[in-house]
Amino acid sequence: MKYYIKNQLYGDFGDREGVKSSGTGMGGGFEDLTRDWPLWEVFIRSKQGLDHKHVGSLHAADAQMAIENARDVYTRRQEGVSIWVVESKYIHASNPDDAESLYDPANDKVYRHPTFYDLPDELKHM
Amino acid sequence: METTQMNQSQEQYFQGKIDEEIRIEPRDWMPEKYRQTLVRQISQHAHSEIVGMLPEGNWITRAPSLRRKATLIAKVQDEAGHGLYLYSAAETLGTSRAEMIDQLHSGKAKYSSIFNYPTLSWADIGAIGWLVDGAAIMNQVPLTRTSYGPYARAMVRVCKEESFHQRQGFEILLTLSRGTEAQRAMCQDAINRWWWPSVMMFGPSDDASPHTAQSMKWKIKRFTNDELRQKFVDVCAEQVKMLGMSLPDDNLKWNEEKGHYDFGTIDWQEFWNVVSGNGPCNRERLAARIKAHEEGAWVRDAAMAYAEKQRMKTERSVA
Ligand SMILES: [Fe+2]
Ligand SMILES: [Fe+2]
Ligand SMILES: [Fe+2]
Repeated sequence: MKYYIKNQLYGDFGDREGVKSSGTGMGGGFEDLTRDWPLWEVFIRSKQGLDHKHVGSLHAADAQMAIENARDVYTRRQEGVSIWVVESKYIHASNPDDAESLYDPANDKVYRHPTFYDLPDELKHM
Repeated sequence: METTQMNQSQEQYFQGKIDEEIRIEPRDWMPEKYRQTLVRQISQHAHSEIVGMLPEGNWITRAPSLRRKATLIAKVQDEAGHGLYLYSAAETLGTSRAEMIDQLHSGKAKYSSIFNYPTLSWADIGAIGWLVDGAAIMNQVPLTRTSYGPYARAMVRVCKEESFHQRQGFEILLTLSRGTEAQRAMCQDAINRWWWPSVMMFGPSDDASPHTAQSMKWKIKRFTNDELRQKFVDVCAEQVKMLGMSLPDDNLKWNEEKGHYDFGTIDWQEFWNVVSGNGPCNRERLAARIKAHEEGAWVRDAAMAYAEKQRMKTERSVA
């Protein structure tokens, strides 16, 4: 059975950018487009060699301001060496209701894991 | 299938995840009441961080040394950051920043009553760090395991930063407590004024907070107000000894049997009075917030207009 969420939450905009969400529930607006600066998602690389990781979001008028604000808000204690920002409306996300059909097929393919193969203990370096 | 039936099975599934300690994420189905409770709690928390900058900001220009000034600025800046982490967590629930700010300014949304008390001396900055941030930490540490993912993650970040706040506060008091007679008196006076409001920070007692049971079931809360308050009293009753000061409560006494400190009755009338807007600084705090917001409007508009213009320019040059 399928259920659909009506509220537009972050990561739920896809190609609908610029469309103000119709008020459902708590006023429903993911972003009050007329009054708030656009919303940006912030990703930080904590040190060289690691991936950028999502840390949160913030409002800013443009990309440069978003990076500057991200520096002040999310890296006051050397938490990062590199910052990515992307306007939240450009994030496309999978639907949690589809989780089963998306990830379940992987469930019966245990042979993709090394532990599936039964080999003698004497076998070294494998 | 009937809508009510559908909601029921949804709700069972939801509660099942909570019971199994699976975090709820923004796009997951959740009961409307869960969403509302979170929006109220997280935005209230965010507002508290923001309004909380006002009583302390008051002392930045008058801090007694450059070191004290630098640490106080850093602390106040952290509080702004905490407000922003929390606003952004609340926004994942489908509310907007502008809407939350409106509710703060109209008085519809509350913030912690503690910030409606004045900061009369430098020692107050010490007492706030020790007691107010201390009480906040007591509240916030269990929230790092709250059931809503974005809220829990914001709290992890907040808690990492809070411990410096409390330590710098205690250090201020410790320094005063080792100072002249006048400095010691100032220290005791600040503790006297901030103690009870800090004890009240945990909110109404359990029998007077009807939503606690539901919040505990949803694991938004992990401990009741009274449980957290008791922990706080137990910790502070010991720490105050190190300052050679006392807490203003004649009934504060170690209870061997319970393994906790007994303490005096809270003046709930004062608590509700401040909550309903009649504390010493309610009007002043809100007026300061509204003034800052209104006077900043042209800056926000100008930045947006500039960004818009830049965007048009690039679009034209690309075309
Ligand atoms: Fe705080
Ligand atoms: Fe804080
Ligand atoms: Fe703090």
